[in-house]
Amino acid sequence: MAFVLPNLPYAPDALEPYVDTTTMTIHHGKHHATYVNNVNAALEKFPEMKSLGIVDLNKAVGTDAIPKEIATTVRNNGGGHFNHSFFWKVMTKPSNSNGPSAELKAAIDKAFGSMEAMKEKFNAAAAGRFGSGWAWLGVKADGSLGITSTANQDNPLQQVADEKMIPILGLDVWEHAYYLKYQNRRPEYIAAFWNIVNWEQVNDNFKAASGGGMPAL
Amino acid sequence: MAALLNGKLNLTARPAPAQRPSVRTNAVALKPLPYAPDALEPHMSKATFEFHHGKHHRAYADNLNKQIAGKEWDQKDLDTIVMSSWNNGNPTPEFNNAAQVWNHEFFWESMKPNGGGEPTGPLMEAIKRDFGSFDEFKNQFKAAGMTQFGSGWAWLVTDKSGKLSISKTPNAVVPVVEGKFPILTVDVWEHAYYLDYQNRRPDFIQTFMDKLISWDAVSDRFVKATA
Repeated sequence: MAFVLPNLPYAPDALEPYVDTTTMTIHHGKHHATYVNNVNAALEKFPEMKSLGIVDLNKAVGTDAIPKEIATTVRNNGGGHFNHSFFWKVMTKPSNSNGPSAELKAAIDKAFGSMEAMKEKFNAAAAGRFGSGWAWLGVKADGSLGITSTANQDNPLQQVADEKMIPILGLDVWEHAYYLKYQNRRPEYIAAFWNIVNWEQVNDNFKAASGGGMPAL
Repeated sequence: MAALLNGKLNLTARPAPAQRPSVRTNAVALKPLPYAPDALEPHMSKATFEFHHGKHHRAYADNLNKQIAGKEWDQKDLDTIVMSSWNNGNPTPEFNNAAQVWNHEFFWESMKPNGGGEPTGPLMEAIKRDFGSFDEFKNQFKAAGMTQFGSGWAWLVTDKSGKLSISKTPNAVVPVVEGKFPILTVDVWEHAYYLDYQNRRPDFIQTFMDKLISWDAVSDRFVKATA
């Protein structure tokens, strides 16, 4: 079964005014679509890998399970496909979310001191990622929350990641994610992101991650 | 430090620095564009230049100056700071900013209004010899730009003997740190083309090659590097 470009969970204008409609249209319809096409093309040569699913495929990045010939293509495009599928779901229309669950809030307070401290650390990770990449909030192997950033289309599920974790929230800081509206003002985009976080999805991600898993994408 | 030519990276003649007060404050200036910001329309818009030069390039210079203020590197020129901060592949925090200042100056000077076309003379001979044809050079240069995943640069480089090759680098890395002499570059960070081309990086690179390259500048660099 080839990978398929998922539909956006909302109309392309749903995240206005924080993310503009044109960006959503191009980001989903062009950038994400290209990652899907490219990872499918790579897996044509090794069809037995298609049965892994996108999460397990990403977990295999950096191991011998992925044939050398397609390793970089899978890292970049399998990474891109996971990252963007995950990303659309952790966002929602402004004022459409009731915030983090009590359990998640407690875990955030435990790991970072407060919600504000967590956001500061996340914002710093997002702003400090030089070049293209992502910022992540995730559950580490010891069950605690952590924040990290990755380069390009890497993610913390992959064995190549400096800090491995199961992501529960992520932010794309490739320039294509924000340039049309924010240009060089990445910190403004990062600040705006908090208005559109889909905490219900993040709560689900946290519950699943606390049990070592991820909800279906 | 084989990459240094007389201790300098730069291969184009630069004007002498303005008289400085006896206490240097900033080592690195934001060099003005070599042309008006609308001079490369419609291929590279005025709006792009206002952000790319006026914000991105400016920020690299400002941030570098903050990092080196009052320190040893504040007394050095940009080329020296780039090579020193590369630190043999274990770059210091100053490298990203210093190299990006260098790269952007080099990029602006790689373009001119009514650019593009073809080189002539020894450079064209070298291109035909080392790539087979000018078209094949363009194919390979475009492929390098298209396949530099994420942010980075594509380069035409020469060695001292005039042997040409194509290089691609991520983020701020510049081929001088790998011992090569760049003579042409294209910026493939998305900020270089997103306002004008959005996701269409291949179209941007094609237009850069067809309409923007200053082959005079490239030839000049080639001559100096192989002198």
